[in-house]
Amino acid sequence: MKADPRGVLTGVHFLDGDHACCEGALAAGARFAAGYPITPSTEVVERFAARVPTVGGTFIQMEDELAASITLQGAVWGGAKAFTVTSGPGFSLMMEHIGYAAMTETPCVFVDVQRGGPSTGLPTLPAQADMMQARWGSHGDYEIIALCPNSPQECFDLTIKAFNLAEEFRVPVMFMMDEVVGHMTEKVVIPPADQIEVVPRRHTRKPLGEYLPYQTNGDMVPEIAHAGEGYKFHITGLTHDERGYPNMTPQVQDKLVRRLQNKIRNAADRIALYEEENLQDAEVVVVSYGITSRVAQRAIEMARAKKLPVGKLRLITAWPFPETKIRELSAYVKAFVVPELNLGQMVHEVERAAAGKARTFAVPHAGGSVHHPEDILKAIVEASR
Amino acid sequence: MSDFTNPVEPFLRTDRMPHIWCPGCGIGTTVNCFARALIESKIDLESLALVSGIGCTGRVAGYVKLDSFHTTHGRAIPFATGLKLANPKLNVVVYSGDGDLSAIGGNHLIHAARRNIDLKVICVNNLIYAMTGGQTAPTTPSHAITSTSPYGSCEPAFNLPHLVEAAGAVYVARWTTFHVRQLARSIAEAFNKKGFSFIEVISPCPTLFQRRNKLGDGLDTMKYYKEKSKVKHGAPTSEVGMTMTGEIIVGKFVDRDRPDYQTMARAQLAESLGDRFVEQAEMVCS
Ligand SMILES: Cc1ncc(C[n+]2csc(CCOP(=O)(O)OP(=O)(O)O)c2C)c(N)n1
Ligand code: SF4
Ligand SMILES: [Mg+2]
Repeated sequence: MKADPRGVLTGVHFLDGDHACCEGALAAGARFAAGYPITPSTEVVERFAARVPTVGGTFIQMEDELAASITLQGAVWGGAKAFTVTSGPGFSLMMEHIGYAAMTETPCVFVDVQRGGPSTGLPTLPAQADMMQARWGSHGDYEIIALCPNSPQECFDLTIKAFNLAEEFRVPVMFMMDEVVGHMTEKVVIPPADQIEVVPRRHTRKPLGEYLPYQTNGDMVPEIAHAGEGYKFHITGLTHDERGYPNMTPQVQDKLVRRLQNKIRNAADRIALYEEENLQDAEVVVVSYGITSRVAQRAIEMARAKKLPVGKLRLITAWPFPETKIRELSAYVKAFVVPELNLGQMVHEVERAAAGKARTFAVPHAGGSVHHPEDILKAIVEASR
Repeated sequence: MSDFTNPVEPFLRTDRMPHIWCPGCGIGTTVNCFARALIESKIDLESLALVSGIGCTGRVAGYVKLDSFHTTHGRAIPFATGLKLANPKLNVVVYSGDGDLSAIGGNHLIHAARRNIDLKVICVNNLIYAMTGGQTAPTTPSHAITSTSPYGSCEPAFNLPHLVEAAGAVYVARWTTFHVRQLARSIAEAFNKKGFSFIEVISPCPTLFQRRNKLGDGLDTMKYYKEKSKVKHGAPTSEVGMTMTGEIIVGKFVDRDRPDYQTMARAQLAESLGDRFVEQAEMVCS
């Protein structure tokens, strides 16, 4: 399905990442956002609040993130494509509702413009330290999808992708920006609506009486109905059967939780998005994402100028972790270098997927600025020895 | 077999019976009144959605044959807010417990009343957190024994009608589970109001509250409600606070009109944006 032209601001713009994310959401068909202000993410909803009444939709500023993160889900069950936007402290408050979205299979997008933590940390400065929280922050076993843009253009393009994945898999998608990407201004090209692919909701066409909210017909993702259509369905965060009715048996729990996990895990290779350069002859691969990938680019160029056989793997999908790719590479490369604006998060995944076949070098940084390319270069040199 | 069917049965998910509520519990009585209000008000059931939080009362969502959402603890109101804003044609009822709505969800309660979101809130107040075993709630009367105040609660209790009136609700009533006809009528009346309506139902939890406080069983509680309730329509809500065994003021306390959130939002946007304002289309994105 093509994008609704009313939401698409076709043209060449100079936008910061936050504003580009908002335009991506509008282009994807989001017509509802609930938010609570927090630096460095607020510009996304400020723009949405200004834009959406001219497109036909609603923004509401809620009393806190606990509210925002569930108000948007009410809107989804009312028929809207909806999202919320936050940063670390607010993201922490939203965790219970990420679990609720995963459990009830509510398609929606959570944007986290990451800043330094823990706690109030560095409100105006970057970090990438919510990556594990995005994956594991709510209790219980569940899966989400997380994307990491590294430019305002990608904030636009990948926000559309985030909504599309949310609809395709009926899963909450984490859009993991960072302060630098959110606040940097660059050229953003917004194509005409007929060049933007939008995934429609998996809306049921079953006649009343035949529809079961969590019946899957082989493909693991059930069809959805909206309130007010006559289906009289029940949705709960309790463990539930195909009818959506609570069922507290280990058998139903096992069936449900495994499906929630496997609908994403089995599609991991299809969901995996990454950018690669010079991997064929690489002995060392720098694995990075978000703003750090742009600093890493500089370090890689410096290393290649020194004739070091370095390749680049930029993760666009962080979760599900593209472990197949890392496994393939670890069959022939010597080492991975993993710079990130945290004290070691995604590096654990790289290490796990490499399974001892290639060495892993973290380049930790506590946040507050980006890396010095020299620090990444130093790790590349060490890894190439 | 008798061919007698209970008139409220069509409103229930009979395939989920028996329900989990204890004998003598008041929650089932309130559901009965709710169903009777649906009959009385002839409301379109297809456009009616019910949202609950977590608790014994929160389980109501699972038993009514409506589009029904059992959400998270305290967050029924913000979920219902999103549902209503995305599809204004829906009639949205929030049905939950005193702890859910006024403790963990207290912030949402006052803000939804302030915004005057068009929601019908039914609050079953059993003066306790029942589902988790009878702990002190913000509604627990002073001196009451609960599992976490074994020597008696020292905290003053919330007077919920006073709270929601001050926050901006357009309709506020209180009944007990003894007042079944009045309660059903109040619910039906709230369906005819546009804006934030709040109906508190004082309800027994014989298993945890009455037993621990030696107040007898469900039947004794009905006697107490009957004897100690005073109907005072229009009573100043500042004067309707409750005590352990004292008088219970019931009735319709507030019935006023002010524009609801969506009316205000549209007026503001239309005024500021003029021709550039685009009405929200039907959101259904299938
Ligand atoms: C976030 C969270 N905290 C705590 C709980 C545990 N819990 C479940 S129900 C409940 C209290 C419910 O009390 P109330 O709303 O008065 O409902 P009742 O059971 O009395 O009808 C609590 C504390 C929970 N489910 N979720
Ligand atoms: S514990 Fe109390 S409130 Fe819960 S079902 Fe039993 S009597 Fe009702
Ligand atoms: Mg209670």
